[in-house]
Amino acid sequence: MVKASDDQLWQWLSQVADPEIPVISVVDLGIVRGWQWLDHERLEVMITPTYSGCPALQEIADDIRTALEQHGLNAVTISTQLSPAWTTDWMSESGKQKLRDYGIAPPAQKASEQVVENAIDISAMLNLNAPAIACPQCGSSHTRLISQFGSTACKALYRCTGCLEPFDYFKPH
Amino acid sequence: MDSEKFIWLLRNGDNALILSQRLSEWCGKGPALEEDMALTNTALDLLGQATLWLSYAGEHGGAGRDEDQLAFLRDAPQFRNVLLVEQPNHDYADTLMRQFYFDVWHYEWLQALAASNDQRVASIAAKSVSEVRYHLRRSTDLLVRLGDGSVESHRCMQSAADQWWSYTGEFFSSDDIDQAMATRGVAPLPETLHAKWIAHLTQSFDAATLTLPPAEAWMHRGGKQGRHSEHLGYLLAEMQFLQRAYPGAQW
Repeated sequence: MVKASDDQLWQWLSQVADPEIPVISVVDLGIVRGWQWLDHERLEVMITPTYSGCPALQEIADDIRTALEQHGLNAVTISTQLSPAWTTDWMSESGKQKLRDYGIAPPAQKASEQVVENAIDISAMLNLNAPAIACPQCGSSHTRLISQFGSTACKALYRCTGCLEPFDYFKPH
Repeated sequence: MDSEKFIWLLRNGDNALILSQRLSEWCGKGPALEEDMALTNTALDLLGQATLWLSYAGEHGGAGRDEDQLAFLRDAPQFRNVLLVEQPNHDYADTLMRQFYFDVWHYEWLQALAASNDQRVASIAAKSVSEVRYHLRRSTDLLVRLGDGSVESHRCMQSAADQWWSYTGEFFSSDDIDQAMATRGVAPLPETLHAKWIAHLTQSFDAATLTLPPAEAWMHRGGKQGRHSEHLGYLLAEMQFLQRAYPGAQW
């Protein structure tokens, strides 16, 4: 068969949903790093873990393989690439909007902005000047942290003091 | 086979693995749901990091063993973690203080390793450090809140700080393996991180109204060389039970 084009592959992979947050794709999240054709029919897709212990990685690899099989690619291998390390800075704008619509507040700042080279400065380390997290339900910036960790490794739990609803926050990472 | 680097990689993997196992013991028993989730999520990050280190170790002189075999089929003297991480959880202040001491060191260590001339080491460190930054932020925040909290929380945190202090020297002691890794540009000498570690501690303890134990105190040694406290054996007995009872069992 004829090799699929890069545009075609991006489009197919954009249909693969993240198993834990099904409204966004593995492309929106920046998990798919690229691919290479090993010969005229064998394709290697490179993915990167969000968090190093993320239990969804195996499922993501399986989902990608299944999706590509449906388009006639039967010799797909998935390999894991660690470097450069995944960051929420790669999340697409459309991905952020989809998260918001789903009720999850997207990262409110660049992860690179919270890198403190010098951990000795503990007030910077504690990120005391971090921007307020807007409630994805009502938009209020009067929100507070309930739990530094949530239902998955990538999220924290907040509550809106305006509409009183709790919500997930996708942490800058 | 490069046995020096193999052991050095085990040290990194075992620190993460054993602390992850200790933290997992809190699963379902945390003092609050949020704390239970925080400790188990931290454990998950550390477990992922341990996988990265131990799979590299396995490929690099592990005699064909993969990360699972290294985790589940070695006995206590073959583990190379520092003694601090195998110490029992005791009460919650003890768990948090053990974590704080570890996180401050771990963060500086990984930052330094991200500049390693071994590309695989550098990429594992760069991946891990963004997770550990969050651990350190949480530990520092809790240290300040509880140290500068109630009379009782202050007393518990001070007692925990004093209790674990003699286990912190091992982070900064070097042996022939550390020397060899430094010479090859794989890692800095452990003692070079001490000044930054103390500086973070001094600021945090001040903010937390806690008293830093004396720098010249006597320090435990031996975990990095495989001489462990009795606690590690009990931990391994639980962690390795399934593979010992049903060799080769898989998911």
